[in-house]
Amino acid sequence: MGAQLRVYKRRIRSVSATKKITRAMEMIAASRIVKAQRKVAASTPYATELTRAVTAVATGSNARHPLTTEVERPTRAAVLLLTSDRGLAGGYNSNAIKSAEQLTQRLRGEGKEVATYIVGRKGVAYYQFRERPIARSWTGFTDNPEYADAKQIADPLIEAIQQETAEGGVDELHIVFTEFVSMLTQTPVDRRLLPLSLDAVSSSAVADASEGAGTEGPAQRGGVRPLYEFEPSAEGVLDALLPRYVESRVYNALLQSAASKHAATRRAMKSATDNAGELIETLSRLANAARQAEITQEISEIVGGSSALADATAGSDK
Amino acid sequence: MAAELHVELVAADRQVWSGEATLVVARTSSGDIGVMPGHQPLLGVLESGPVTIRTGEGGTVVAAVHGGFISFADNKLSLLAEIAELSDEIDVQRAERALERAKAEADDSAERRADVRLRAVAVR
Repeated sequence: MGAQLRVYKRRIRSVSATKKITRAMEMIAASRIVKAQRKVAASTPYATELTRAVTAVATGSNARHPLTTEVERPTRAAVLLLTSDRGLAGGYNSNAIKSAEQLTQRLRGEGKEVATYIVGRKGVAYYQFRERPIARSWTGFTDNPEYADAKQIADPLIEAIQQETAEGGVDELHIVFTEFVSMLTQTPVDRRLLPLSLDAVSSSAVADASEGAGTEGPAQRGGVRPLYEFEPSAEGVLDALLPRYVESRVYNALLQSAASKHAATRRAMKSATDNAGELIETLSRLANAARQAEITQEISEIVGGSSALADATAGSDK
Repeated sequence: MAAELHVELVAADRQVWSGEATLVVARTSSGDIGVMPGHQPLLGVLESGPVTIRTGEGGTVVAAVHGGFISFADNKLSLLAEIAELSDEIDVQRAERALERAKAEADDSAERRADVRLRAVAVR
């Protein structure tokens, strides 16, 4: 076998091996999207009910709480960025990071100091490589987040927001994650979680919750709201409710990010598989041409050799 | 007045139980509370403990909830808990083992969780 042909054959073998791998990864990602979507759906009732409860307290009482009051001159903001632990997901991570960068720029423009909290190895690596400070980071669960993970993330954030700004606390909490719109579309979004403004919570929070559920009754949207009895007190309920609210929002964002990551992986792996197929086709054509050239050369060598031999015998006859 | 109220028991990661009930008894931070149809709108903080739901058909559903909220309005009752389990789902032996282990390791929160599970089973 000619050297050229051998090279082509080897490359075809290696590309088909790669294709098998990317095809398998595509399948795995596809099955995980379904699972992740199911988890998003399963967490929706809790998020909806919780939002309804927050709305109830927000509108049904005059309770004031550090988590709901707007600071007059906010000077420090926390940004929670959700990325994934693993790459191979096309532009998924870089899009989320870019969105966080834009938000950071905007907040800086408004004269706020920004503390960055990161979930996922990719985001951590990006910030570490550029030697930017990370307030806190979490890794290792982005593919399949549990509620306990959301709690673990939310706790220090709530702590930071309850602290005085002068002592290293923050006034605002923003979250950047990739929203799972559909199998084909995932968009990075940024939301302000805290402070909830008591007037806006009914409209914005309900709108947020109904994105997933759309079950908010007309009684909640307008008209007369029921007068609630609070147990033990409006403040007590709010104290207990708001951390749970933040946790549930973080959990929802984690789940959506995971679903988006799997969808992005599936798409990236699908195009990798397609590319490998194309490459194999081109390489097979080249290999065929090389084989044909080899055969042609061999034939012309034989013909040339035999005619030379014939010439030589014809000469000796004379 | 409606004779039944609609109950939704939801945990952070799933819906645990939903259906009609005539009476729901839960423990809030200021004591046990029973909610019947037509109760005043209510929003309370739940303590860890068993929640008893009496269904319309005379059956009883008991669930262990680990902290959370109770909210009632428009004849609709929501029980929100980070973790909630129906007593049927609880594996008694496993809970007992967990309780012993938690006691041995002096892990307060794990001990409380196991204890709540066992109490929910005892009510059943």
